[in-house]
Amino acid sequence: MSLAEELEGVAAIVEKDLKAYYFKPPNISWGILFPVVLALAFSLRNPEGLSELAPGLVAMAALFGTTSMEAIVITFEKRVGAFERLLLAPVSHASIMLGKILGGAVFGLVISTVMTVLTTVFLGAQITDLLGFTAALLLTVVAHSALGALVAVSVKEVFEAQTLSNYFRFPMIFLCGVFIPLRRMPQALQIVARLLPLTYSVDAFRAVMGGAGPGLILDLAVLVVYCSALVSGSVILLKRSL
Amino acid sequence: MDHSIIVEGLTKRYGDKLALDGVSFMVERGEVFGYLGPNGAGKSTTINILSGLIEPTGGTAVIDGHDVGRERVEIKKKIGVVPETSNLYDELTLQENLVFVSKLYHVPRHLREQRIARLLDSFDLGDYKARRFRGLSKGLKRRTVLAAALVHEPDILFLDEPTSGLDVVSARTLRRMIKEFKEREITVFLTTHYIEEAGLLCDRIAILVQGKIIKTDTPRALEAAAQETPVLDVRVDNRGLLSEKALSGIPAEDIRVTGDRVRIYTRDISAAINALSRLSEETGFHITEVNTLKPSLEDAFIKVTGLSADQMKTEKEGKR
Repeated sequence: MSLAEELEGVAAIVEKDLKAYYFKPPNISWGILFPVVLALAFSLRNPEGLSELAPGLVAMAALFGTTSMEAIVITFEKRVGAFERLLLAPVSHASIMLGKILGGAVFGLVISTVMTVLTTVFLGAQITDLLGFTAALLLTVVAHSALGALVAVSVKEVFEAQTLSNYFRFPMIFLCGVFIPLRRMPQALQIVARLLPLTYSVDAFRAVMGGAGPGLILDLAVLVVYCSALVSGSVILLKRSL
Repeated sequence: MDHSIIVEGLTKRYGDKLALDGVSFMVERGEVFGYLGPNGAGKSTTINILSGLIEPTGGTAVIDGHDVGRERVEIKKKIGVVPETSNLYDELTLQENLVFVSKLYHVPRHLREQRIARLLDSFDLGDYKARRFRGLSKGLKRRTVLAAALVHEPDILFLDEPTSGLDVVSARTLRRMIKEFKEREITVFLTTHYIEEAGLLCDRIAILVQGKIIKTDTPRALEAAAQETPVLDVRVDNRGLLSEKALSGIPAEDIRVTGDRVRIYTRDISAAINALSRLSEETGFHITEVNTLKPSLEDAFIKVTGLSADQMKTEKEGKR
């Protein structure tokens, strides 16, 4: 199997998932509504500006944008037998999972881009390092989409995927510095937060949205490790589940 | 002999349960090979192993010269699979589904369009190509899944219950298409619980029970082996004139009367007809029809498995 054929398989799965699931009118409207409502709610709560909260909001939009659909799409396809069609095709398990993860990542990218536009154009936040921001955003959506995929391949039912996703997502919002900076949290929770990928996403976004940025490279490096580990983990779990 | 599929001692164990127990068979190139068995016999497990979805616990399987354990991707390029459920994508149109599958199977870009157009034409799907898969009838869905399995022009086709749940017309259309594969020298591995269908389509049939193949032969040979005693099927008028005592004079191993029908199980058909004719003259009843009954594939199946076709069908439907 050549690399070109594997990439063709990945691209076909991404294109199919975007067309069949992600870019359907209800999802597009949710994708716009979710960041708009979130940004509006926080701008009303903080009329002096959102620059402090903007990095957390962008990270949260990426987290929800990627994981909300990703886990459902895979478990749904497994349930109706459509996932079997991918397994029967001459592409590796790694390419199948990569296609699935990138599909979710593209959707997450769209939602977090909407949030970025809202917070920067209308609510006073600033991107001070565009290259760093782009790298942080791309790594964040891939890492969290892979987390959604990992959840999806480890369960059988759609509702199980939703429950298990929430088990990760909601604690992350409170622990990873989205609303409360990490340094203000108890030591024990800081340790737990350091184990979660969203912490490094929020840290990285703070660094490139007007905050202090000595840790950006470290944050990006940790996100790369998370991406590799979560993608590999989802492939291993898929193979084990067969 | 050129073989598309060679299976030797194939075993699959799920925990304590032995799903396949040393299955061996060979399928010739261009042959339509039927795989018959009751629910849970191991038919789908066999297809799943041969198509590279799951690994066997033991034994070997070679598809078109490639080992299923080591060369899965090569095998996947050579085979087309029509699973029991029509598992294309509801939200995509029929054409979009075929384009997606052609990309997944690396059909060169310059061939895609013409190949899909040809499939749409030969499966009479052209009028529906812009319709979403979700809105198609069961018959159209099955045809589309079959077209999708052929988009990369495979040498071997695995069909898992292809006509299950279809109306008579759709099932007949699909059977005609399967017959056409033979003309194109595509090897077909077919599982079905419609015994008559296996008899109509298959060159050879393997009967699988509890993970073991207990008989492999042509449908005709299986039928012939099923019946030891020939049956004379006679229809009569004035059935009331026929007494049990009168019938006992006919040389037969068994005689069963149902309505206006008399079934005579005899090894000497000629003597039985003569005796029946004499009886007709003596008692005054009229013989309106005489047939010798040929054993059916269903008889063969019942004999080999101890399970009737109806039971098998009921089990299958109960599973859904």
